[in-house]
Amino acid sequence: MQTFTYERVRTPAEAAAAAARTPGAKFLAGGTNLLDLMKLEIETPAHIIDVGKVGLDKIEPTPAGGLRIGALVTNTDLADHRTVRRDYGLLSRALLAGASGQLRNKATTAGNLLQRTRCPYFYDTNQRCNKREPGSGCAAIAGYSRQLGIIGTSDACIATHPSDMAVAMRALDAEVETVKANGTTRTIPLAQFYRLPGQTPHLETTLEKNELITAVLLPPPVGGVHIYQKVRDRSSYAFALVSVGAILQQDGSGRIAVGGVAPRPWRVETAEKLLPAGAKAFTAQLLQGARPTKENAYKLALVENTVAAVLNEGKH
Amino acid sequence: MKFETPAGVNPIDQQKVIGQPASRLEGPLKTTGTATYAYEYNRAAPKHAYGYVVGAAIAKGQIRRIDRTKAKAAPGVLAIVTAADVGQLPPGQFYVDRLLAGPAVDHYHQAVAVVVAKTFEQARAAAALLKVTYIATKGAFDLAAAKDAAPLPKPGPYSGPSQTNVGDFKGAFAAAPVKLDATYTTPDQSHAMMEPHATMAHWEGDKLTCWCSLQQLNWGARDLGTILGIPKENIRLISAYIGGGFGGKGTALSDIVLASLAARAAGRPVKVALPRPLIFNNTTHRPATIQRIRLGATADGTITAIGHESWSGNIPGGGTESTTASTKLLYAGANRFTELRLAVLNLAEGNAMRAPGEATGMMALEIAMDELAEKLQMDPVAFRIKNDTQVDPEHPGRPFSSRKLVECLQTGADRFGWSKRVAKPGTVQEGQWLIGVGVAAAIRGAPVMTSAARVRLNRDGIVTVETDMTDIGTGSYTIIGQTAAEMLGVGLDKVVVKLGDSTFPQSPGSGGQWGAASATSGVYAACLKLREAVAKALGLNPEEAQFANGQVLAGNRHYALGEAAKAAELVAEDAMTYGTLARQYAQDTFGAHFVEVGVNRYTHEIRVRRMLAVCHAGRILNPKTARSQVIGAMTMGVGAALMEHLVVDKQVGFFVNHDLAGYEVPVHADIPHQEVVLLEGLDPTMSPMKAKGIGELGLVGVAAAIANAVYNATGVRVRDYPITLDKLLGKVSLI
Ligand SMILES: Cc1cc2nc3c(=O)[nH]c(=O)nc-3n(C[C@H](O)[C@H](O)[C@H](O)COP(=O)(O)OP(=O)(O)OC[C@H]3O[C@@H](n4cnc5c(N)ncnc54)[C@H](O)[C@@H]3O)c2cc1C
Ligand code: SF4
Repeated sequence: MQTFTYERVRTPAEAAAAAARTPGAKFLAGGTNLLDLMKLEIETPAHIIDVGKVGLDKIEPTPAGGLRIGALVTNTDLADHRTVRRDYGLLSRALLAGASGQLRNKATTAGNLLQRTRCPYFYDTNQRCNKREPGSGCAAIAGYSRQLGIIGTSDACIATHPSDMAVAMRALDAEVETVKANGTTRTIPLAQFYRLPGQTPHLETTLEKNELITAVLLPPPVGGVHIYQKVRDRSSYAFALVSVGAILQQDGSGRIAVGGVAPRPWRVETAEKLLPAGAKAFTAQLLQGARPTKENAYKLALVENTVAAVLNEGKH
Repeated sequence: MKFETPAGVNPIDQQKVIGQPASRLEGPLKTTGTATYAYEYNRAAPKHAYGYVVGAAIAKGQIRRIDRTKAKAAPGVLAIVTAADVGQLPPGQFYVDRLLAGPAVDHYHQAVAVVVAKTFEQARAAAALLKVTYIATKGAFDLAAAKDAAPLPKPGPYSGPSQTNVGDFKGAFAAAPVKLDATYTTPDQSHAMMEPHATMAHWEGDKLTCWCSLQQLNWGARDLGTILGIPKENIRLISAYIGGGFGGKGTALSDIVLASLAARAAGRPVKVALPRPLIFNNTTHRPATIQRIRLGATADGTITAIGHESWSGNIPGGGTESTTASTKLLYAGANRFTELRLAVLNLAEGNAMRAPGEATGMMALEIAMDELAEKLQMDPVAFRIKNDTQVDPEHPGRPFSSRKLVECLQTGADRFGWSKRVAKPGTVQEGQWLIGVGVAAAIRGAPVMTSAARVRLNRDGIVTVETDMTDIGTGSYTIIGQTAAEMLGVGLDKVVVKLGDSTFPQSPGSGGQWGAASATSGVYAACLKLREAVAKALGLNPEEAQFANGQVLAGNRHYALGEAAKAAELVAEDAMTYGTLARQYAQDTFGAHFVEVGVNRYTHEIRVRRMLAVCHAGRILNPKTARSQVIGAMTMGVGAALMEHLVVDKQVGFFVNHDLAGYEVPVHADIPHQEVVLLEGLDPTMSPMKAKGIGELGLVGVAAAIANAVYNATGVRVRDYPITLDKLLGKVSLI
């Protein structure tokens, strides 16, 4: 870990301004991802801005009938919130399928969205990795790629975004609310929040430098049956090989976002029209253009089967 | 005391304390966080510094240059030690890896340097500033590719001959009416023990004390002495508590060697713990295997030919994974052939991991038995029972000292409800789950070795046992205490057990399932001597003296035990040594594993639903700690069957998933109800304790039982471990 300076800020605007003032600064929320990466010198911020006390830890109803989730709300509190459990069950289930109780107590909403990939080569600074060290190459593509992405990837990087929560947020049409260093605020639909890697896999989101996430906004609830099915080699405490977040309606329509396959939660709205036709037709459309490696081609069948399981469960 | 003829009745047979389910003596210390582990001896070695190990960034080649300018100037740095400073270190005996690279690099993350600083954070930060450049050369990392050219190695000290031949295997196999020829693979595995390798090293003049985490202190002192070039008499090792070892902490590794060198260089005590991501490639692991098994039988299920060939790889000088060990002993069959071949691979060293050879060999053999039973249309339990043998099949003049494999299988089948099994695979379904059951036999050698102890008696009647035996989480403290209590007729509350100090009388340590049987026998010998001393002190005839309820009785005289030590503490020391019984008898432990799994019909995730182990291992010294060993081993078997896999990157040449996020071991949610049945049965050929080890037996066969259950559930035979869902996808035909 490299030496860094530390400050604690009290308001979101202060946070953004502090970041603008100090090049190479990073926001610290729960620290469950950032600190690990700093210990391994994968992240080497010169300055840490602790946003833990900026007061963004509330969950409030929005005038539109949705929910505004403060960026610093912990994963535990979010999963446990009454309205979330009642109206956004998918979100609660996805959160509880991730990490462990201890981690969820520390992990925050914004930190979860911005957690970095779990590609094992990204974690080993001796290995080539375009995401960690742009231009160094990608050791994973011809190496161990069983867990990695099959769609939305590029020749430069096939990493996945590992978050369970983000899969649910994507199916729920969430939006990310931010404040920039100059004090202006904006909202970014989650669909436009994550960038695909292309030739620049180190650029992961459309956030600007020093832009602080202040909240995640959920639109009014859409009802339906909420299912989150996470597939993994062991029963708990593992990242998804594939996960399926679904909201299914009585009439056979629905929304499905898939995790574990792409650099972002993977959702193709046009494919959802095929849901009444069943898992096969839907998955074919969802994963059209997929470019799996030999080691992770099984994910094509796994997505289809898991979607079938979810559709089957939705019927009961 | 020398044990040469089978044991008669002795004080242990009373089983007042021995054989009782006593809770661990050190349990409260561990559950309250007050048991002191190697890295925690802060008070014993004040003003200590911290060492951080730098691992090689390449798999094979040379260190070109180490630029230490920046690291040296970093805050708090006290010393930097590399091979350029201390020269090339020779390897030890049990592990053969060179523990400090330079100029050659033998494998990825082999230690290149240790950086010492005043705080851990300073050491870690400075270590990252060390600029090491390399000249990489090509290495061999692919066992399958190296297999065909792999030679027959010389047998190592802990593995049998590399090739055995009995009868005419080729002819019998060719002639067998029913046969199987299949190849199985097992991956590299990591011990993944909770406590990382850690040492605090402290020099006083030329005397070195290390608080460390080693299973075998005698090997540790021997190998550390060799590596550092100092007499082993100048080394004191202390390992009072060990957070798991599984064969991965047998003797000196980089933590203890580099802590010692660093402490010398820094002129103060230094502690070193290997960071988790370094452990997988820096230390040892269970090597991958490729195993070809050929079985031939007559139509009635009598095995006529057994052939087992196996390939594994290692660094130059390393040993084989002796997978054929169990095959030599488990089933009858007149014509037999085994062969172990060893390729050179430039990965980290492969060495012992819990039931080395047996665990891996039985992962293959016991699937093969299931496959042949199906071809024979026989029940797999009945097929195994039919081929039981009461003599060593390679040496029919040598009987098993005690072998209840058949009872294990029968008892297990009854308890498990095996008769309800549906033989046709893929038939039983419950909601989303395809259900299957599987069985496998278990066998594991039961070695005993010379072991010594010292026993003290004070005037309060407190008995103190001292031996350099270790407790790696197994229950050594407790069974040793129970042994002394039984021998001296006192309760466990009157016994103090001191372990894990190399200045104590020498034991063989914890390994190879020999610890419990050997160490308690050494304590038995010392206690016999103490009984004599007590009788003498009280003026009693040693032959007549009885020890019970804290009293010594002879005729109508009786004394409190402490009376004997009224004038001065009584001290007795002895070792148990052994004659030739182990050559006359095949001494092994046996078991049977029964497992039920569910396979999700959509995702093909495999979840174990029920496990049962029936074990036969001589006298069970403590059913609670024995059960604990077995359920831990069964859990490890679930890992081996379903997830544990060090993935080799064959281009770079290293284990890629080198942390506990990437290397998955079972979590609580993976482990269902585990039932353990311990069959009665003393083995008087072992020692006066009539006991055998059990810690490794519980693992052997588990993975194959799971594999067989997956087959029964799905009809898909996976011969490559771990059995993960991707190996089933597209192959399960759903009803
Ligand atoms: C062992 C382990 C297992 C795990 N398993 C899972 C799993 O199964 N599923 C899963 O989904 N996740 C899993 N996780 C990841 C976990 O969910 C994330 O580590 C956590 O959500 C990150 O949140 P945090 O608040 O701790 O983020 P931090 O570590 O504090 O920050 C992460 C990143 O977000 C940035 N950031 C934080 N807040 C803001 C803000 N308001 N505005 C802008 N930037 C910000 C930080 O600068 C940093 O770059 C696991 C983690 C661990 C360690
Ligand atoms: S897949 Fe992406 S994260 Fe992984 S090594 Fe390649 S570039 Fe790095």
